[in-house]
Amino acid sequence: MAYTVVGKSINRVDAVAKVTGQAKYTGDFIERDMLVGKILRSPYAHAIVKNIDVSKARALPGVEAVLTYADVPKIKFATAGHPYALDPKHRDKEDRTILTSKARFVGDAIAAVVATDELTAAEALKLIEVEYEVLEPLLTPEAAMREGAPLIHDDCERNILSSYGYEIGAIEEAFQEADYIFEDELETSIVQHCQLENHVSCAYVDSDGRIVIVTSTQIPHIVRRIVGQALGIPWGRVRVIKPCVGGGFGSKQDVCLEPLTALMTLAVGGRPVRLELSREECMIDTRTRHAIKYKIKTGVSKDGKLIGMHIAAISNTGAYASHGHSIAMAGGTKFRILYPMKALKYEPLTVYTNLPVAGAMRGYGSPQITFAVESHLENIARKLGIDPIEFRKKNLVNVGYVDPLNGNTVRSCGIRECIEKGKELIKWDEKKARYKNQAGTKRRGLGMACFSYASGTHPVGLEMAGARIVLNQDGSVQLQIGATEIGQGSDTVFAQMVAEVLGIPVDMVHVISTQDTDITPFDTGAYASRQTYITGMAVAKAALEVKEKILDFVWGMTDIPAHALDIKEQNIVYKHSGEVVMPLAEVALHTYYDTVFARPITSDTSNNARINAFVFGVTFAEVEVDLKTGKIEVLEIYNVHDSGKIINPQLAEGQVHGGVGMGIGYALAEQMLFDEKTGKPLNNNLLDYKMPTIMDIPDIGVAFVETFEPTSPFGCKALGEPPTIPVAPAIRNAVLDATGVAFNRLPMNPQRVFEKFKEAGLI
Amino acid sequence: MKPVPRIKLKVNGQEYQVEVPADITLLELLREYLSLTGTKEGCGKGECGACTVLMDGQAVNSCLVPAAKAEGSEVLTIEGLASPDGRLHPLQEAFISEGAVQCGFCTPGMIMSAKALLDQNPHPTREEIKVALSGNLCRCTGYAKIITAVEKAAAMIAGEGRG
Repeated sequence: MAYTVVGKSINRVDAVAKVTGQAKYTGDFIERDMLVGKILRSPYAHAIVKNIDVSKARALPGVEAVLTYADVPKIKFATAGHPYALDPKHRDKEDRTILTSKARFVGDAIAAVVATDELTAAEALKLIEVEYEVLEPLLTPEAAMREGAPLIHDDCERNILSSYGYEIGAIEEAFQEADYIFEDELETSIVQHCQLENHVSCAYVDSDGRIVIVTSTQIPHIVRRIVGQALGIPWGRVRVIKPCVGGGFGSKQDVCLEPLTALMTLAVGGRPVRLELSREECMIDTRTRHAIKYKIKTGVSKDGKLIGMHIAAISNTGAYASHGHSIAMAGGTKFRILYPMKALKYEPLTVYTNLPVAGAMRGYGSPQITFAVESHLENIARKLGIDPIEFRKKNLVNVGYVDPLNGNTVRSCGIRECIEKGKELIKWDEKKARYKNQAGTKRRGLGMACFSYASGTHPVGLEMAGARIVLNQDGSVQLQIGATEIGQGSDTVFAQMVAEVLGIPVDMVHVISTQDTDITPFDTGAYASRQTYITGMAVAKAALEVKEKILDFVWGMTDIPAHALDIKEQNIVYKHSGEVVMPLAEVALHTYYDTVFARPITSDTSNNARINAFVFGVTFAEVEVDLKTGKIEVLEIYNVHDSGKIINPQLAEGQVHGGVGMGIGYALAEQMLFDEKTGKPLNNNLLDYKMPTIMDIPDIGVAFVETFEPTSPFGCKALGEPPTIPVAPAIRNAVLDATGVAFNRLPMNPQRVFEKFKEAGLI
Repeated sequence: MKPVPRIKLKVNGQEYQVEVPADITLLELLREYLSLTGTKEGCGKGECGACTVLMDGQAVNSCLVPAAKAEGSEVLTIEGLASPDGRLHPLQEAFISEGAVQCGFCTPGMIMSAKALLDQNPHPTREEIKVALSGNLCRCTGYAKIITAVEKAAAMIAGEGRG
């Protein structure tokens, strides 16, 4: 299809504001006399508050309010950023109150103060006297599931939050049919999003008595509902405003601060209060990515076909449920489309522990399971002596495949082309031959890994998106969407879609980037890589409606039937010849001011997308491993993606770069560390937590295989999360290729690598 | 009561005399007293570089500089980088055209670190750019387009004969 704006690398619509310092983030809403909120955190991983005395804190000059668990609504609520489920069985686990009398991790919020300034607030926290009864900290799923272990939440036996899995086909029969059986155990570490903007919220009560919350979130409409639920007030009494967001990666697909911020302003008569976490707080009391352990058993036929796979997973969800139950399931669902096989059994256990809360993080369970499965497949290929790429290719999915459990259908699939492209980019065959017989202490190797993922959450979740377009007097338009720009570039691609449909330049599409639940159309928000695909449908629908209304209006003005007209380059033209009828601006002016026929043109529409689209891709990596130091250097890395039609290649490349960077950190360096006895965090800051700096990232090669997804008006599919998914297993497989050592645990940091090399007798 | 010193400094070419609490940082002075919120705080500990500004031509983490230390100095923030007529600095233009901006939270600090580099070394290699920006963390971009943007800005400045 020939597009004029879609498919072009136009500049971001918010770029000028962001390079000049004019872009406003939540922390930039500085009101005079804004009060400061601060949280008193438990020093114990597992403890009951026996007694709390806040009288000294309350008496400190400058302290406006002190809140404890005794002052918060006795309502348990869930924080996961999912659409509300009308079916009570599908609701998220309601397992927390705004402040708690039982600490479930080091850093759990026991009490809070509101004061005139930061120092007074900090001082007041020190004056709160708490007497704790310390319980045994349960820091691993094994400890938590042990018979007789104390319960972190009273209603979950053996501290198991959920164990919902599935079985496709008959796994035991499949294993009997197989010629070979292979088994592996693999595990990932707890990592953190490290978006540059910490979590921050401001709240006040307006003159109508409604609570207004300005907050750094991916999900403003969901925040409104959850604040309403947590406070036990009508949802309409809450107004949520989302300005620019300094990154989220899933940590802001969760309601971390907003209920407490709302409570704080209520406690001080509605005066504005700001609650801003420090980096140290943000890293322990927002969300992390689940560490998951897998046991995988796979049956393979002589000719290299996968017959059956059994995956048992134990996911460490930390102190509260958040997205935990859903992540284990989502990971186990989205990967399975890639290699359809006769039987697949997935048995996950999601387990509470006394560690920080794990939640959504870029990939939502897929980085973990893809690391496990793609590492396992590599091990199998080596043991069978088959080329790992050929092995995968024998088992790949084809267009037309229908997921047997959820009915989602593969309607576009470029995975084979992605593999071929990646192979060619990294010069696979040539380098494989070159690295065959290496000696010495520096060894090179090649690895690859594939992934599949979905575009949104259908059929598990509601996929609702809203868009509103208003035609201005000059022929430009306003575009409002409920979908949130958090850095990924969604505002820009929506502007491109509107410009494409309406035949106007992108700079005539004024995107209202701020979401305000009072004004903005309903949309569930930025997660599941859903917005370009799902919200794109609503945006296209609204733009088409505006176009239709414009052409109908012209029909009234000219007697030329609407179906004979089109809009091109800001002009109304004859569809067949392109001959100009009149400028769009002239029509627009008439829609406002024609004394007889004036009717300003708008569209306000929603789209309930009961559909999904699978995306695919691959990472190819070349590493050099220093046997003496255990240091792994990524020499070359390429990600090739089938995300359907690419709406903005430059922005899309940016998503891939960022995802690959995050994947390299996941593979080689990042992990949150805790004292093994007490559960105290050891590296909750950006110095000790090793997120990649500019020195740690090699050049990143990016390519797209542009299939056309028929369910999207522009042929597009998901891209936001996927780039990070296959990176760690590709690097791990390259290390295996270089050294013969099969790592089964992330990260592969120098110490762990060195130890493993020693164990393997390499050094 | 804490002593309230009056600090005299020049920010983005403009003279200021501000009364501030003795314990605040240059970052707080800029954001809360001068309403220059373009400079961001990502950690408050000098780990992330989001708060980078130029103080007498040197890139500094403004979260680590006591406000009183800025007495008599000349500070340049992201708001002061464009020409008074609104013409963007080549670094700003290159960050836009190369797609080096995503969430934008690290961007002001990145650009200021890059400005300090180009002021001292107008023709840096990619490696020199990396070293100069190694104190600025970014989680969105994988740094790729940021490096390219700085290279492009250097070429633009050389082409224009402008510094």
